[in-house]
Amino acid sequence: MGIAESRISQLQDRVAGLSVPASAWNAKNRAAAVERLQSMGLPAPRDEYWRFTDPKSLNAIEAPKAALFDPKETDVFDTIDRLEIVFVDGVFDATASDELSGSNMSIERLSDAEGQDTHWTADCYGALEAIGQTPVQRPFAALNTAYATDGVLIHVTGKVEKPVNISYRHANETSDAILHHVIKLEEGAELTLLENGPAAARFNKSCEVFVADRATFHHVRTQGRDHERRAVTHIFADLGTESVFKSFTLTANGALTRNECVLRLNGDDATAHVAGASVGDGDFHHDDTVFITHDAVGCESRQVFKKVLRNGATGVFQGKILVKPDAQKTDGYQISQSLLLDDDSQFLAKPELEIYADDVACSHGSTSGALDEEALFYLCSRGVPKDQATDLLTLAFLAEAVDEIESDTLSDLIVDKLEGWLERHRP
Amino acid sequence: MLEIKNLQVSLAEEDKEILKGVDLTVEAGKVHAIMGPNGSGKSTLSYVLSGKDGYEVTGGSASLDGEDLLELEPEERAAAGLFLAFQYPVEIPGVGNMTFLRTAVNAQRKARGEDEMSAAQFLKVVRERAKTLKIDSDMLKRPVNVGFSGGEKKRNEILQMAMLEPKMCILDETDSGLDVDAMKLVSEGVNALRDEGRGFLVITHYQRLLDHIKPDVVHIMANGRIVKTGGPELALEVEQNGYADILAEVA
Repeated sequence: MGIAESRISQLQDRVAGLSVPASAWNAKNRAAAVERLQSMGLPAPRDEYWRFTDPKSLNAIEAPKAALFDPKETDVFDTIDRLEIVFVDGVFDATASDELSGSNMSIERLSDAEGQDTHWTADCYGALEAIGQTPVQRPFAALNTAYATDGVLIHVTGKVEKPVNISYRHANETSDAILHHVIKLEEGAELTLLENGPAAARFNKSCEVFVADRATFHHVRTQGRDHERRAVTHIFADLGTESVFKSFTLTANGALTRNECVLRLNGDDATAHVAGASVGDGDFHHDDTVFITHDAVGCESRQVFKKVLRNGATGVFQGKILVKPDAQKTDGYQISQSLLLDDDSQFLAKPELEIYADDVACSHGSTSGALDEEALFYLCSRGVPKDQATDLLTLAFLAEAVDEIESDTLSDLIVDKLEGWLERHRP
Repeated sequence: MLEIKNLQVSLAEEDKEILKGVDLTVEAGKVHAIMGPNGSGKSTLSYVLSGKDGYEVTGGSASLDGEDLLELEPEERAAAGLFLAFQYPVEIPGVGNMTFLRTAVNAQRKARGEDEMSAAQFLKVVRERAKTLKIDSDMLKRPVNVGFSGGEKKRNEILQMAMLEPKMCILDETDSGLDVDAMKLVSEGVNALRDEGRGFLVITHYQRLLDHIKPDVVHIMANGRIVKTGGPELALEVEQNGYADILAEVA
């Protein structure tokens, strides 16, 4: 079936300024993505999957301008012993980056790799994105696979002690960046990936993660605080037997953020947790869209998303658990909650369960509410000033999401950031 | 210490007068008890004094050591030395009991221009005081009042009181929901805090609590007023005869 002509012409305009990087081994993957994108077109506001988030600014030919925001703070992960890779407006910064090497892994840039004759990612690049296009289309992910200018390719063969930190800096008010990462963890391998920073005025990022049997992948990211920045990000992951995948995202500010997470639990007894805490004040639209497919026995998945919204901020959650017929003993949990600090803000949620196996435990919940006045009075009656009491209760609301971070050191850093944000955004 | 004069209070939402001119003075070092039938305004008095929303003071005054309480925010009243032990302590998921206590203690110290307590110093004091109330370290780590039994909640209130060292303590039906042993434990906690410089206002339905926390003065409250004041014997009279005789006598 063809798509509307208006969509085709809109897509042609959108990609006119982009070019597919040449590569011996990746040309086929890139071309396939171009084809996928052309068969889909760009999303339209009337598309079911984009009902709550207007794709207009992501579809626009030029990235809408985003003023630089200098919070005069050190980067969130500065105190962590890590391997740091820096991109400024999507362009690799060799001076600011650490040397790309580490024990138990190979790590290199996509643009370097594409100049080689062959590469281990030849079968990986775009593979999970392609699968992730069914049953729901994700045009920006196809666009990413086709046109990404760079990215990081990590092949993990054992336990990597130092986290890899990809840091995205924003220096140009109209930058439009597209990055694509591929991470492959071999059996029993372990990696922690940290990401931080606003990246660009408009950022399209994709990350494909292959987690083999008994491998462990931890991911903690913060999306930079530039108020006008826009981002659409995708994480695609395939999980093997007894593997562990845990991803947490902190989002503070941003005119538009759409974070999609598409996970497939393919091996028995795998564990997937995806969590997010987002806080917005004013011109803030944050969308968490998650799709988890259980396709093996005895797997556990958790989705924990909490949003604090004020002054007209909007939060969106679209979360799905799909349990295939053979995925018996599935344990699925999904919670999405918003704390609305005034009457102007809104939370739009679409939780979905689709279950074809009969021996499963799946629960989901979604709530929207205000601060508990009784609890607030109780705290104040003990001498805690109202502002501080409000912050305490707000952090308590976010705690279930933040607690999904396994490392106490990392979760403390996230709590510090949240405390700072709440202090600066009191009514 | 606590001086209440002709205090008149209505519900803010509806035009209903709850307190119709309460006069009460609690001196430092003394324990006053207020007894009275349901709906007489006892709990309202405790909420109005601590600054809860939803009430409108239509007349009269309330002061603590000369400071006008009604002008202050709830946290300022607390810093001024007022403490209310809640009849129904509130559960706060996600806020650790210890974090809560330390935040409260240091907020009050800060408000009074005193140095904040260090983590180590605080830990030492809180452990010591928790021990006498049979509050174990697990209860200190758990979120505030979440999953606590009725008795644990009330002991936790007394622990907060012990840590905050207020000048004026109001206990709102602290005996409700307590078994005999828990009541004894809570009473011992309160008695340990009795001090020349500290006043207590104990609101209760039953004389039994007053066996443990011996009052100096007993007031009977009915229909928004204090209708009779006497010594500890007044509580015994209520226990034996109920309120009917007293109310008939003052009517």
